[in-house]
Amino acid sequence: MADLHFLANPARYRRFSQRVLPGLSIATVLMLAVGLYLALIQSPPDYQQGDTVRIMFVHVPSAWLGMAGYALLAGLGASLLVWRHPLAALMARAAAPVGASFTAICLLTGALWGRPMWGAYWVWDARLTSMLLLFFLYLGHIALSRAYDEPERGDRAAAILALIGVINLPIIKFSVDWWNTLHQPASVARLGGPSIHPSILLPLLWMAVTMFLLFVLLVMLRTDTEIDRRRLDNAEAQA
Amino acid sequence: MSGFAALVGRDLRLVWRRPGDVAVVLAFFVVATTLFPLGIGPEANVLARIAAGVLWCAALFSALLSLDRLFAADFEDGTLDLLLLAPWPLELAALAKCCAHWIVTGLPLAALAPVLGVAFGLGPEVLQALAVTLLVGTPTLSLIGGLAAALTLGARKSGALLALLALPLCVPTLIFGAGAIEALATGGDFGAHLAVLAALALVALATTPWAIAAALRQAGE
Repeated sequence: MADLHFLANPARYRRFSQRVLPGLSIATVLMLAVGLYLALIQSPPDYQQGDTVRIMFVHVPSAWLGMAGYALLAGLGASLLVWRHPLAALMARAAAPVGASFTAICLLTGALWGRPMWGAYWVWDARLTSMLLLFFLYLGHIALSRAYDEPERGDRAAAILALIGVINLPIIKFSVDWWNTLHQPASVARLGGPSIHPSILLPLLWMAVTMFLLFVLLVMLRTDTEIDRRRLDNAEAQA
Repeated sequence: MSGFAALVGRDLRLVWRRPGDVAVVLAFFVVATTLFPLGIGPEANVLARIAAGVLWCAALFSALLSLDRLFAADFEDGTLDLLLLAPWPLELAALAKCCAHWIVTGLPLAALAPVLGVAFGLGPEVLQALAVTLLVGTPTLSLIGGLAAALTLGARKSGALLALLALPLCVPTLIFGAGAIEALATGGDFGAHLAVLAALALVALATTPWAIAAALRQAGE
């Protein structure tokens, strides 16, 4: 944790991000180029789903990152409330729209896949519905953090909301599962190894790493912007 | 405990002297529920099929509607500052406010819902189940709504924001509340649904007072 505390100071984080961002940007672009080649051209079409299986290479990593993003918000919320790290507030402000976007991408690509496969863009299935509710939780977080004239109040209120939200997410997931189930069960992370053929699993994992890098890159870029914006606001308030 | 009772008593007295605030919420519940048959059509079997879900959703909206003033009046007139300064856990004060809110909205909603259920053609057994599930489920709505009210204290456009925050968190209560009645109608296990509904209320009881107190503290800073 000592290393993370080191980054809690916005100025020090700024020096860190300026060293990391150029390399990270290049790595993300290169990985994305290779990943898209693997996913769209090199990997074989599925014997049942045909070429629509390629939607999964974006869909599944977006779902993972959408969920991981909310966990990140909760972690940042805890470090804001416990240690009052100023950077945590700015990073949560930067990360929430990114997480919400990945959740939205997951829902949209899921709808595009569902139309040919299930015959409907949207079905009231448990996994779809809990993803939609996760999206609503993101919207609440974004709206709350921007609802105050003093941004610090919005940051702390949103931090409390993220912590309560992360406690409630498993409960929401469980109750929606109880309510209805149609989506296929998880097939990558499960006991007895993945049930996906390696020719499709490799591009999927590659895309997962790529989109993780993209997530980190976007959050870091937006955090830099938030630091600048907060400094500008403070300078304006003093002038 | 005397402080808890005093705070609940104070809130009840405030409502008693201005009963219009509660009456408006109950009137909204009745009017909103009445719109569904008008929008969907008067077929008795369709109405009986959707009644539990409609009444539960309407109760949820009604409970939220009354929440944006839960802490706002105390925030404006300085009562909240005194509660913050008092040598008495703020968590208990938060619980007392939610408790008072439940007595003036949750209880009347649970009493009123069976009456509206008659208009939807529900049988006596289902009407009873409706009242029981609302009795067990509405405390959760008051607690989660209380948290949303505390978080949005002093925010711009707090009413709509409150609903946006509270509604996704109320989904499990809605599912098991309406699901219990559905289970009763289709021969499922009513008791199991009711037990989960009670468990949700207990989880809310154990977690939300801390979060409400934290939100009130940062509002008072």
